[in-house]
Amino acid sequence: MGLFILRRVGVMILTALCLTFVVFFMTNLYPNLEKLAKTQGNFRMSDEAVASWLEKGGYLQSTPKKYLEWVGLAPSYQHVADDGTITGRCITPGMDPAEAPRFCGILQGYWGYSTVFKDEVSSIVATRLSLTGTLMFWVMVVMVPSALILGVLAGMKEGSATDRTLSTFAITTTATPEYVSGVLFIAIFSSSAVGLKWFKGTATSAMESPNIENFLLPVLTIALYGMGYIARMTRASMTEVMTAQYIRTARLKGVSFPNIVMKHALRNALIAPFTVIMLQFPWLLNGVVIVETLFNYKGFGWTLVQAAGNNDIELLLGVSVVSVLVVLITQLISDIGYVYLNPRIRIS
Amino acid sequence: MSKLEHTDGPILEIDRLSISFFTRLREIPAVMDFSVSVMPGEAVGLVGESGCGKSTVALGVMQDLGKNGRIVGGSIKFKGRDLGEMSVEELRDIRGNEIAMIYQEPMASLNPAMKIGKQLMEVPMIHEGVSEDEAYQRALEVVTDVRLPDPERMLNSYPHQLSGGQQQRIVIAMALMSKPALLILDEPTTALDVTVEAAVVELVKDLGKKYGTSMLFISHNLGLVLETCDRLCVMYSGEAVERGSIEDVFDEMQHPYTQALFRSIPLPGADKNARPLVAIPGNFPLPHERPPGCNFGPRCDYFEAGRCDAGDIAMADVPGNDRHATRCLKFQEIDWNAPITVGEQKEKTAPGKVVLKMDQLKKYYEVASNALFGGGAKKVVKANETLSFEARESETLAIVGESGCGKSTFAKVLMGLETATDGEILLDNQNIEQTPIEARDTKTISDVQMVFQNPFDTLNPSMTVGRQITRALEIFGIGDSDAERKARMLELLDLVKLPRAFADRMPRQLSGGQKQRVGIARAFAGGARIVVADEPVSALDVSVQAAVTDLLMEIQRNEKTTLLFISHDLSIVRYLSDRVMVMYLGHVVELGDTNQVFSPPYHPYTEALLSAVPIADTSVEKEHIVLEGDIPSAMNPPPGCPFQTRCRWKSEVPGGLCESEVPPVRQLEAGHQIKCHLSDEVQERMTPVIKIAAE
Amino acid sequence: MDPLSWTGSIAFLNPLLFAALGLLAISILLWIVIGAVTPENRAITNEGGTLSLSAGPQGLAALAVRITFLASAVILLAYVVLGLVMGTGAGIIGAISQRMLPVWIALILLFTLSISFKRRLGLYGKLFDSPIGMIGFGLVMFWVFTGIFGAFDMIVTHDSLAQASGMKNKAPGTPLRGAEDGDFAWYLLGGDNLARDVFSRMVKGAWEVVKIAPLATIFAFMVGITLGLPAGYYGGKLDTFLSFLANLILAFPVILLFYLLVTPEIVATGLPQYMAVVLFAFPMVFFGVLLNARYRTQPQKNLIILAVVLVPLFLMYMSLINAAGSKIDFWPLDFFDVPGGILVVFVSVVFVNSPTVFRIVRGLTMDIKTRDYVAAAQTRGERPWYIMLWEVLPNARGPLIVDFCLRIGYTTILLGTLGFFGLGLPPESPDWGSTINEGRKLLSVYLHPALPPAIALLSLVLGLNLLADGLREESLRD
Repeated sequence: MGLFILRRVGVMILTALCLTFVVFFMTNLYPNLEKLAKTQGNFRMSDEAVASWLEKGGYLQSTPKKYLEWVGLAPSYQHVADDGTITGRCITPGMDPAEAPRFCGILQGYWGYSTVFKDEVSSIVATRLSLTGTLMFWVMVVMVPSALILGVLAGMKEGSATDRTLSTFAITTTATPEYVSGVLFIAIFSSSAVGLKWFKGTATSAMESPNIENFLLPVLTIALYGMGYIARMTRASMTEVMTAQYIRTARLKGVSFPNIVMKHALRNALIAPFTVIMLQFPWLLNGVVIVETLFNYKGFGWTLVQAAGNNDIELLLGVSVVSVLVVLITQLISDIGYVYLNPRIRIS
Repeated sequence: MSKLEHTDGPILEIDRLSISFFTRLREIPAVMDFSVSVMPGEAVGLVGESGCGKSTVALGVMQDLGKNGRIVGGSIKFKGRDLGEMSVEELRDIRGNEIAMIYQEPMASLNPAMKIGKQLMEVPMIHEGVSEDEAYQRALEVVTDVRLPDPERMLNSYPHQLSGGQQQRIVIAMALMSKPALLILDEPTTALDVTVEAAVVELVKDLGKKYGTSMLFISHNLGLVLETCDRLCVMYSGEAVERGSIEDVFDEMQHPYTQALFRSIPLPGADKNARPLVAIPGNFPLPHERPPGCNFGPRCDYFEAGRCDAGDIAMADVPGNDRHATRCLKFQEIDWNAPITVGEQKEKTAPGKVVLKMDQLKKYYEVASNALFGGGAKKVVKANETLSFEARESETLAIVGESGCGKSTFAKVLMGLETATDGEILLDNQNIEQTPIEARDTKTISDVQMVFQNPFDTLNPSMTVGRQITRALEIFGIGDSDAERKARMLELLDLVKLPRAFADRMPRQLSGGQKQRVGIARAFAGGARIVVADEPVSALDVSVQAAVTDLLMEIQRNEKTTLLFISHDLSIVRYLSDRVMVMYLGHVVELGDTNQVFSPPYHPYTEALLSAVPIADTSVEKEHIVLEGDIPSAMNPPPGCPFQTRCRWKSEVPGGLCESEVPPVRQLEAGHQIKCHLSDEVQERMTPVIKIAAE
Repeated sequence: MDPLSWTGSIAFLNPLLFAALGLLAISILLWIVIGAVTPENRAITNEGGTLSLSAGPQGLAALAVRITFLASAVILLAYVVLGLVMGTGAGIIGAISQRMLPVWIALILLFTLSISFKRRLGLYGKLFDSPIGMIGFGLVMFWVFTGIFGAFDMIVTHDSLAQASGMKNKAPGTPLRGAEDGDFAWYLLGGDNLARDVFSRMVKGAWEVVKIAPLATIFAFMVGITLGLPAGYYGGKLDTFLSFLANLILAFPVILLFYLLVTPEIVATGLPQYMAVVLFAFPMVFFGVLLNARYRTQPQKNLIILAVVLVPLFLMYMSLINAAGSKIDFWPLDFFDVPGGILVVFVSVVFVNSPTVFRIVRGLTMDIKTRDYVAAAQTRGERPWYIMLWEVLPNARGPLIVDFCLRIGYTTILLGTLGFFGLGLPPESPDWGSTINEGRKLLSVYLHPALPPAIALLSLVLGLNLLADGLREESLRD
């Protein structure tokens, strides 16, 4: 087991390095850098001026070298101006170049500086992530139990009335992406045209004080899309288990139906949905970005849009690192959980 | 909860039961007008081919037919009470408590995520409301009863940690937890190896006596029923056709189907040349295409138009016998003792020159010891250990062994799907052991072909039959144009006695036997000289087996093919093979002519194997040898002689030689060899396992 | 011109519809409650397939659901038919129904033909045995026909890009100010914030989806199949490597990928084109290997067939990746150009979808390769690619077809997401995602610009999911 986790972590780190490199490569393509130079300097910069600006910032080195610097595995670039002053990533204004650390990358905790928010990337990411954390927590609280209950109820008796109705509901929700359900919710519950006005169409105020009125719609919007998917998985898994031979054995042993479901079927049926829930995270991030944009909730997803839309390279890199890590960690948990839940693999 | 009071009379009484399944299109009758009764302490066998409705009867008794099935007529009485009229709660009290069931697939019928102890303890806890401790004690007791080693560890394991034989013992233990009055066994040993099967059957018999349980034993194997049951009921296409005591039905059968069934199974004395099997003509009717009148009519030798197909036929008692009944209008007119009209007798073909020679063939695999987590030490699995034999033209060499004996690995190496670790394979004096199939020339490939075991898997389900044979012709470079190949393909269909119209059919439209015929046609497409037949008939129904076996023999005779017949079924091996090779855990333990292998001196494993195979003949006396334990894993073979862990003769070898050294190959008489430490004197003492009582 | 009301003179149907829908809801509730409360009738006396009507309160409730559902369906049909006859007389619904006439005709033709020949049409024919599958198929084909006819300017009432003065944010049914002869006189579903006709934009948006989604999914399948088969068949190092790559892409948050890939700057570097060079080569490889494996034994026939198939494919491929004035511009026979924006959308959608297909194909291959017919092919000396493409792939088709339907739906959602964030597609594009995005800004006041595309997208994806469900059910049946 220890070895297994070790191997998984190794693969995970390799994956993280590959993915961040891809992001790094794409954000550091020349057109992006050129745009950066022009936004930071002057929109009417000549090509030479752009080149010298980039040269000064160390942007014109080879991509692998820049990447290693950014990660913090290579000494970072220092520019010696004609007048002998030394500037560089690690040297904050007013600092003596000689005292500045040689390495300053992600590993050293230096995440860079956001050109849009004019703030340290690490602090932006931290605050935004905590806001999104709140959102995700409630999404999970709503989504997971209801999806599992829905799936188990539907899969318990295949073809029954409950099954048909719940399945139809689940299919409908999986067919409703966040930007459709969000729009529908706002239209029905908060627009003046319909006039119900039960909830707020924006969640900006939820950043300080989340409550039902301003938080329910965004949470519901994300939860609904994922819920249908998990519920369908659970249902499929449950129906499969309910037709298994050992369930028949239990039934012909005289076990009552509720006990068959609770004691015999549930554990076997939940193995598959568990992995699915964990693998949902990359998609949930999608939902988060859409919903935060739609409801103007300035969390992590909103930051991603801002960073990407405004060519804020360092912030975008920081956001990517975090999202990639979140995805990979959930995958790791899913792997370990799968092994744990399944005695066939655990004890062999 | 108490058990139902039982007065006299049968434990189970099924009276004119009819069960149908309803699909979107039609009602499909699965069981019609079926009656049987089981007396206290009695074991009743239910025999028939697949699809005859025998399992449906069992589920009907359990009242568990799913949502599409329902009882459309008749009644099932348990201890005098009609099960069909019981409420859900009453039924639940009976299930597991009074009627217990044992299934075909032990692995599938145990909950993979629940410890075995918990699954066992559940039964008395539900039905008798006993405490957990008491239930545990009870479980311990029953697990000891089913002769499992280390019961406490067993109770604390998950099902996947046990071998197939152990799992089946657990399922039996679970069924016996509440000391039920009736035990239903649905093909309980089909998934097990022969020697393991013998032990399980033995156990069931003993426990049945010990607990005084009545049994309903469902099987397709007449021999097994003979060994376990007091009475039997033969089913055909949803109906009981004959019912009576074992002796009556086996020796004085009164239904043409029963007779045909017995004539199509290889009993000792049958011989492919002198007394060939008589296959039942035609096919099993589909449930919605049953003929009017007698279901067996179209395949029956005694069929009389206008009488047998006039209307439904009722069961009629056979006068003079005890509770013996048959569903045949003409049973009193047929001369049941008329000798079999023997089909044409064939000359025994003399084997020709040696075409295939194996010399000291070895095949080892390296596997990671822990598949999931990877890494760890690599283990060497010795799948084949010094395999040496010769096979001649138009000879049938049978390779006999149970799972893990290395027969499939051997086939793979011969076919070139794997290369040998050491040793030689000579095909026409050319070495092919190191030539993988990609490197073999078309001639070599088309010379050595294979017939596979599972008829439902042997044909590609999304290609027409004709296309699959034509593809083989294309690959083997036969025929210069599409038209030529098509003509050849049709000839091949003729060869395997399938109508030419089948060329355009999809495999799903064919029955198992027909698919197997197509598989044979495909194997012979390139004029194969050596055909490896990997259990080609074991998945087929008894009546079809004979026809397919006959076909193989006939083609062999005409084409002078060398047939390597892999099988675990000694009856069929004795029937058709010229020489026999017995394998155990990768070793050839015995090799010789069929007569030499089937008579003493034996290798102890051959002896046990012979004893384990059930024979459906009341005149056969078998010596009773039951092997303890399971077949060891090929990953982890015992030291010394591979068979020493289960050998009953081990004590006859001095000095613990069996545990320390692999025995040498000893030549007995001409061409008969045995891999055993037993001395000649001990070998001399061996007596024949199978004796046919004086006829 | 008066503004049109929703139902005009067929308003009498409204209470009927509400009643039917209400009853439907009540009977469904009853059905569930009865099913949960009454003890499960013993399996044997319960549910008899064709005989199920006779069975107790549960059967009655099920019957009620069926009847009310039929009633609702009939009333909805009445709206369409009456609308068809009365046109604008039946209000907005009538007018829309009349504009949709070609779609109705096509649907009726398709369904009558399919149902009358369903026994000869294999899995597609069996679809018409399943009500769920039929509803799904109907929804999907509705939008497909709408898209196709819309592309020929048949259904649309106005130019989807034209702005009419005074129609900004006007409610549905508002008459067009200063309509000339030949102009359609109303904005059926109102005007958006740039005074364009919402109905026409929705119809044109269907074409955007129908044009891209199935094609992108086909490409994703080609890539996934071509890589998944060898990974599953050979296993070992190749499998480890390909699976690692697939997991890499799967771990990449889709939205981030889009934001990185679908920007004008990236298009300028030619990266999408290089990706297209790789991704679009897969169909050629696929068909080349497929045919070569099959006809290998007959060299002459093989050459002809390969030439007939591969030459056109190659020309298409070169035209596709070659674009004048871009990074790849050397091929003289360039028949058509794909706008950079569309190309990058296409490439990224294929890129995101193919790893999932890869995983499915790999899993199926690993399962199927243990079958005896694969062993039979091996023992007669077939080459690996023949086995993969002709022995394994056809037998994996069931799950793949089901996934294909689901994946088109998913691609539609992805395209909507791209539109929603204004990525890739031109800003005035009528695709549903962009339209929703524009409409949402004024959502608290004007509902009508955002809702039609939202509902359209919802119904199309729902249709695809139902279709997939129906197919799965039917393919499991035999």
